[in-house]
Amino acid sequence: MTLECKNVWEHISGYLDKQLDPKLLTDIEKHLENCEVCSAILDSTRNILVLTADNRIYELPVGYSERLHARLEKAIRETAESRSDST
Amino acid sequence: MQATVEREKELITRVIAGENDLFHELIRPYERMVYLAILTMLRNEQEAEDASQEVMINAFRHLKSFRGESKFSTWLVTIAMNEARQRLRKAKAAPVDSLDEGKEDREGDFTPAVLTDWREIPSEALEKKEMRQILRQAVDQLPPIYREVLVLRDLEELNQEETASALGINVPLVKVRLHRARMMLQKLLAPTLRPAAPAKKGFFGRMFQ
Repeated sequence: MTLECKNVWEHISGYLDKQLDPKLLTDIEKHLENCEVCSAILDSTRNILVLTADNRIYELPVGYSERLHARLEKAIRETAESRSDST
Repeated sequence: MQATVEREKELITRVIAGENDLFHELIRPYERMVYLAILTMLRNEQEAEDASQEVMINAFRHLKSFRGESKFSTWLVTIAMNEARQRLRKAKAAPVDSLDEGKEDREGDFTPAVLTDWREIPSEALEKKEMRQILRQAVDQLPPIYREVLVLRDLEELNQEETASALGINVPLVKVRLHRARMMLQKLLAPTLRPAAPAKKGFFGRMFQ
Protein backbone atom coordinates (compact mmCIF):
# COMPACT_ATOMS: atom_id res chain seq x y z
CA MET A 1 0.00 0.00 0.00
CA THR A 2 1.26 3.45 -0.79
CA LEU A 3 0.99 5.87 2.06
CA GLU A 4 0.45 9.54 1.70
CA CYS A 5 2.53 12.01 3.69
CA LYS A 6 -0.40 12.80 5.91
CA ASN A 7 -0.73 9.14 6.91
CA VAL A 8 2.94 9.02 7.76
CA TRP A 9 2.72 12.10 10.01
CA GLU A 10 0.05 10.40 12.09
CA HIS A 11 2.52 7.71 13.03
CA ILE A 12 5.70 9.69 13.65
CA SER A 13 5.35 9.39 17.39
CA GLY A 14 4.60 5.68 17.25
CA TYR A 15 7.53 5.25 14.88
CA LEU A 16 9.93 7.00 17.24
CA ASP A 17 8.67 4.90 20.15
CA LYS A 18 9.02 1.74 18.03
CA GLN A 19 5.39 0.87 18.58
CA LEU A 20 4.22 0.31 15.04
CA ASP A 21 3.13 -3.06 13.80
CA PRO A 22 5.53 -4.62 11.27
CA LYS A 23 3.34 -4.10 8.20
CA LEU A 24 2.81 -0.41 8.87
CA LEU A 25 6.47 0.00 9.76
CA THR A 26 7.52 -1.44 6.40
CA ASP A 27 5.13 0.85 4.54
CA ILE A 28 6.36 3.88 6.42
CA GLU A 29 10.01 3.04 5.89
CA LYS A 30 9.36 2.60 2.20
CA HIS A 31 7.71 6.01 2.11
CA LEU A 32 10.53 7.61 4.06
CA GLU A 33 13.11 6.34 1.60
CA ASN A 34 11.46 8.27 -1.17
CA CYS A 35 10.07 11.28 0.64
CA GLU A 36 12.45 13.98 1.70
CA VAL A 37 9.71 15.99 3.36
CA CYS A 38 8.61 13.21 5.69
CA SER A 39 12.12 12.12 6.53
CA ALA A 40 13.02 15.72 7.39
CA ILE A 41 10.00 15.97 9.67
CA LEU A 42 10.90 12.69 11.30
CA ASP A 43 14.52 13.70 11.83
CA SER A 44 13.62 17.08 13.24
CA THR A 45 11.09 15.57 15.65
CA ARG A 46 13.65 13.03 16.77
CA ASN A 47 16.21 15.77 17.33
CA ILE A 48 13.78 17.81 19.37
CA LEU A 49 13.18 14.78 21.57
CA VAL A 50 16.90 14.20 21.99
CA LEU A 51 17.20 17.80 23.13
CA THR A 52 14.19 17.52 25.41
CA ALA A 53 15.77 14.58 27.20
CA ASP A 54 18.93 16.61 27.78
CA ASN A 55 19.23 17.17 31.50
CA ARG A 56 20.61 20.63 31.02
CA ILE A 57 17.41 21.94 29.50
CA TYR A 58 16.14 22.65 32.97
CA GLU A 59 18.39 23.36 35.89
CA LEU A 60 17.72 23.18 39.58
CA PRO A 61 17.90 26.55 41.32
CA VAL A 62 21.02 27.09 43.44
CA GLY A 63 20.41 25.87 46.99
CA TYR A 64 17.26 24.01 46.00
CA SER A 65 18.18 20.78 47.73
CA GLU A 66 19.29 22.48 50.95
CA ARG A 67 16.07 24.44 51.22
CA LEU A 68 14.00 21.38 50.44
CA HIS A 69 15.61 19.27 53.13
CA ALA A 70 15.48 22.07 55.67
CA ARG A 71 11.75 22.54 55.17
CA LEU A 72 11.19 18.83 55.13
CA GLU A 73 13.12 18.45 58.37
CA LYS A 74 10.90 21.03 60.00
CA ALA A 75 7.75 19.29 58.78
CA ILE A 76 9.03 15.91 59.93
CA ARG A 77 9.72 17.29 63.41
CA GLU A 78 6.28 18.90 63.61
CA THR A 79 4.56 15.75 62.43
CA ALA A 80 6.49 13.66 64.95
CA GLU A 81 5.59 16.06 67.75
CA SER A 82 1.91 16.13 66.93
CA ARG A 83 1.91 12.34 66.69
CA SER A 84 3.50 12.00 70.13
CA ASP A 85 1.07 14.60 71.53
CA SER A 86 -1.91 12.63 70.36
CA THR A 87 -0.74 9.32 71.85
CA MET B 1 18.87 -1.42 39.80
CA GLN B 2 17.42 -4.24 41.87
CA ALA B 3 19.59 -3.22 44.81
CA THR B 4 18.10 0.29 44.63
CA VAL B 5 14.58 -1.10 44.67
CA GLU B 6 15.36 -3.29 47.66
CA ARG B 7 17.01 -0.43 49.51
CA GLU B 8 14.04 1.76 48.72
CA LYS B 9 11.60 -0.80 50.10
CA GLU B 10 13.65 -1.08 53.23
CA LEU B 11 13.76 2.70 53.66
CA ILE B 12 10.01 2.99 53.23
CA THR B 13 9.34 0.30 55.83
CA ARG B 14 11.73 1.90 58.28
CA VAL B 15 10.35 5.42 57.82
CA ILE B 16 6.83 4.11 58.39
CA ALA B 17 8.09 2.32 61.48
CA GLY B 18 9.28 5.64 62.84
CA GLU B 19 12.80 6.26 61.54
CA ASN B 20 11.69 9.56 60.06
CA ASP B 21 15.14 10.86 59.25
CA LEU B 22 15.58 8.20 56.61
CA PHE B 23 12.94 9.96 54.53
CA HIS B 24 15.60 12.43 53.40
CA GLU B 25 17.60 9.60 51.89
CA LEU B 26 14.50 8.05 50.36
CA ILE B 27 13.55 11.08 48.31
CA ARG B 28 17.02 12.32 47.40
CA PRO B 29 17.10 10.53 44.00
CA TYR B 30 13.77 12.13 43.04
CA GLU B 31 14.28 15.75 44.01
CA ARG B 32 15.11 16.79 40.52
CA MET B 33 12.35 14.77 38.90
CA VAL B 34 9.66 16.24 41.12
CA TYR B 35 10.89 19.79 40.64
CA LEU B 36 11.15 19.55 36.87
CA ALA B 37 7.75 17.96 36.47
CA ILE B 38 6.22 20.78 38.47
CA LEU B 39 8.29 23.53 36.90
CA THR B 40 7.25 22.47 33.43
CA MET B 41 3.64 22.68 34.50
CA LEU B 42 3.74 25.90 36.51
CA ARG B 43 6.38 27.78 34.51
CA ASN B 44 7.51 29.68 37.55
CA GLU B 45 10.65 28.73 39.43
CA GLN B 46 9.66 30.06 42.78
CA GLU B 47 6.26 28.48 42.79
CA ALA B 48 7.69 25.23 41.48
CA GLU B 49 10.13 25.14 44.36
CA ASP B 50 7.43 25.77 46.92
CA ALA B 51 5.17 23.17 45.33
CA SER B 52 7.98 20.61 45.27
CA GLN B 53 8.56 21.10 48.96
CA GLU B 54 4.86 20.61 49.62
CA VAL B 55 4.89 17.45 47.54
CA MET B 56 7.72 15.95 49.56
CA ILE B 57 6.03 16.90 52.83
CA ASN B 58 2.77 15.34 51.65
CA ALA B 59 4.63 12.25 50.56
CA PHE B 60 6.12 11.98 54.02
CA ARG B 61 2.77 12.40 55.73
CA HIS B 62 1.06 9.88 53.51
CA LEU B 63 3.84 7.38 53.07
CA LYS B 64 1.74 4.72 54.77
CA SER B 65 -0.70 4.86 51.89
CA PHE B 66 2.04 3.84 49.44
CA ARG B 67 1.18 0.22 48.75
CA GLY B 68 4.05 -0.67 46.50
CA GLU B 69 1.71 -1.42 43.59
CA SER B 70 3.52 1.16 41.53
CA LYS B 71 7.10 2.26 41.73
CA PHE B 72 7.82 4.75 44.47
CA SER B 73 8.93 7.25 41.81
CA THR B 74 5.57 6.93 40.02
CA TRP B 75 3.74 7.45 43.28
CA LEU B 76 5.78 10.58 43.95
CA VAL B 77 5.28 11.96 40.49
CA THR B 78 1.53 11.36 40.82
CA ILE B 79 1.50 13.54 43.91
CA ALA B 80 3.61 16.10 42.09
CA MET B 81 1.31 16.26 39.08
CA ASN B 82 -1.74 16.57 41.31
CA GLU B 83 -0.14 19.44 43.17
CA ALA B 84 0.76 21.14 39.89
CA ARG B 85 -2.73 20.68 38.47
CA GLN B 86 -4.29 22.01 41.63
CA ARG B 87 -2.16 25.12 41.53
CA LEU B 88 -2.86 25.64 37.85
CA ARG B 89 -6.56 25.34 38.54
CA LYS B 90 -6.37 27.84 41.32
CA ALA B 91 -4.39 30.22 39.17
CA LYS B 92 -6.77 30.04 36.28
CA ALA B 93 -9.89 29.38 38.30
CA ALA B 94 -10.74 26.88 35.63
CA PRO B 95 -10.14 23.15 35.48
CA VAL B 96 -7.17 22.18 33.36
CA ASP B 97 -7.54 18.47 33.48
CA SER B 98 -11.00 17.53 32.38
CA LEU B 99 -10.91 20.25 29.75
CA ASP B 100 -12.30 18.90 26.55
CA GLU B 101 -11.37 15.38 27.34
CA GLY B 102 -11.80 13.43 24.17
CA LYS B 103 -11.71 16.42 21.88
CA GLU B 104 -8.06 15.91 21.18
CA ASP B 105 -8.63 12.31 20.26
CA ARG B 106 -9.19 13.25 16.69
CA GLU B 107 -5.91 12.67 15.02
CA GLY B 108 -4.27 13.80 11.88
CA ASP B 109 -5.46 17.34 11.36
CA PHE B 110 -2.13 18.92 12.02
CA THR B 111 0.56 19.88 9.60
CA PRO B 112 4.13 19.49 10.70
CA ALA B 113 6.71 22.05 9.78
CA VAL B 114 9.67 21.14 7.66
CA LEU B 115 13.12 21.67 9.01
CA THR B 116 15.38 20.63 6.23
CA ASP B 117 18.35 22.39 7.74
CA TRP B 118 17.87 20.79 11.07
CA ARG B 119 18.37 17.14 10.48
CA GLU B 120 21.50 17.04 12.54
CA ILE B 121 21.51 18.16 16.12
CA PRO B 122 22.38 21.77 15.47
CA SER B 123 25.27 22.21 17.84
CA GLU B 124 26.78 24.79 15.56
CA ALA B 125 23.68 26.38 14.15
CA LEU B 126 22.81 27.94 17.46
CA GLU B 127 24.48 28.39 20.76
CA LYS B 128 23.48 25.45 22.89
CA LYS B 129 22.31 27.65 25.69
CA GLU B 130 20.12 29.63 23.39
CA MET B 131 18.75 26.42 22.00
CA ARG B 132 17.75 25.17 25.43
CA GLN B 133 15.95 28.39 26.09
CA ILE B 134 14.07 28.19 22.83
CA LEU B 135 13.06 24.65 23.63
CA ARG B 136 11.86 25.59 27.11
CA GLN B 137 9.78 28.39 25.66
CA ALA B 138 8.24 26.02 23.14
CA VAL B 139 7.37 23.49 25.85
CA ASP B 140 5.84 26.29 27.89
CA GLN B 141 3.52 27.13 25.06
CA LEU B 142 1.88 23.71 24.95
CA PRO B 143 -1.53 23.44 26.61
CA PRO B 144 -1.25 21.75 30.04
CA ILE B 145 -2.81 18.43 29.02
CA TYR B 146 -0.12 17.99 26.39
CA ARG B 147 2.67 19.47 28.44
CA GLU B 148 2.11 17.04 31.29
CA VAL B 149 2.34 14.01 29.03
CA LEU B 150 5.41 15.35 27.27
CA VAL B 151 7.22 16.13 30.49
CA LEU B 152 6.64 12.68 31.93
CA ARG B 153 7.38 10.71 28.76
CA ASP B 154 10.10 12.71 27.07
CA LEU B 155 11.72 14.62 29.90
CA GLU B 156 11.40 12.28 32.82
CA GLU B 157 11.35 9.26 30.52
CA LEU B 158 8.60 7.41 32.34
CA ASN B 159 7.05 4.59 30.34
CA GLN B 160 3.50 4.74 28.98
CA GLU B 161 1.97 2.82 31.85
CA GLU B 162 3.69 4.92 34.49
CA THR B 163 2.68 8.11 32.73
CA ALA B 164 -0.93 6.95 32.48
CA SER B 165 -0.97 6.03 36.14
CA ALA B 166 0.62 9.30 37.26
CA LEU B 167 -1.90 11.34 35.28
CA GLY B 168 -4.92 9.19 35.95
CA ILE B 169 -5.61 8.65 32.25
CA ASN B 170 -5.44 5.54 30.06
CA VAL B 171 -2.55 4.44 27.87
CA PRO B 172 -4.22 5.16 24.50
CA LEU B 173 -4.86 8.71 25.65
CA VAL B 174 -1.22 9.03 26.69
CA LYS B 175 -0.21 7.99 23.17
CA VAL B 176 -2.57 10.40 21.46
CA ARG B 177 -1.59 13.33 23.62
CA LEU B 178 2.10 12.57 23.37
CA HIS B 179 1.90 12.44 19.61
CA ARG B 180 0.11 15.75 19.53
CA ALA B 181 2.53 17.32 21.99
CA ARG B 182 5.53 16.26 19.93
CA MET B 183 4.00 17.49 16.72
CA MET B 184 3.10 20.83 18.29
CA LEU B 185 6.65 21.15 19.53
CA GLN B 186 7.99 20.32 16.13
CA LYS B 187 5.77 22.91 14.58
CA LEU B 188 6.62 25.56 17.15
CA LEU B 189 10.33 25.01 16.83
CA ALA B 190 10.62 24.77 13.10
CA PRO B 191 10.36 28.46 12.25
CA THR B 192 12.62 29.51 15.11
CA LEU B 193 15.29 27.02 14.41
CA ARG B 194 15.47 27.32 10.69
CA PRO B 195 18.65 29.34 10.36
CA ALA B 196 19.23 30.38 6.77
CA ALA B 197 16.85 30.10 3.89
CA PRO B 198 17.38 26.71 2.31
CA ALA B 199 17.59 26.38 -1.42
CA LYS B 200 14.36 24.45 -1.55
CA LYS B 201 12.44 26.83 0.62
CA GLY B 202 10.04 27.76 -2.12
CA PHE B 203 9.10 24.17 -2.65
CA PHE B 204 8.54 23.43 1.02
CA GLY B 205 6.90 26.77 1.56
CA ARG B 206 4.34 25.92 -1.05
CA MET B 207 3.73 22.51 0.42
CA PHE B 208 3.16 23.62 3.95
CA GLN B 209 1.35 26.86 3.71
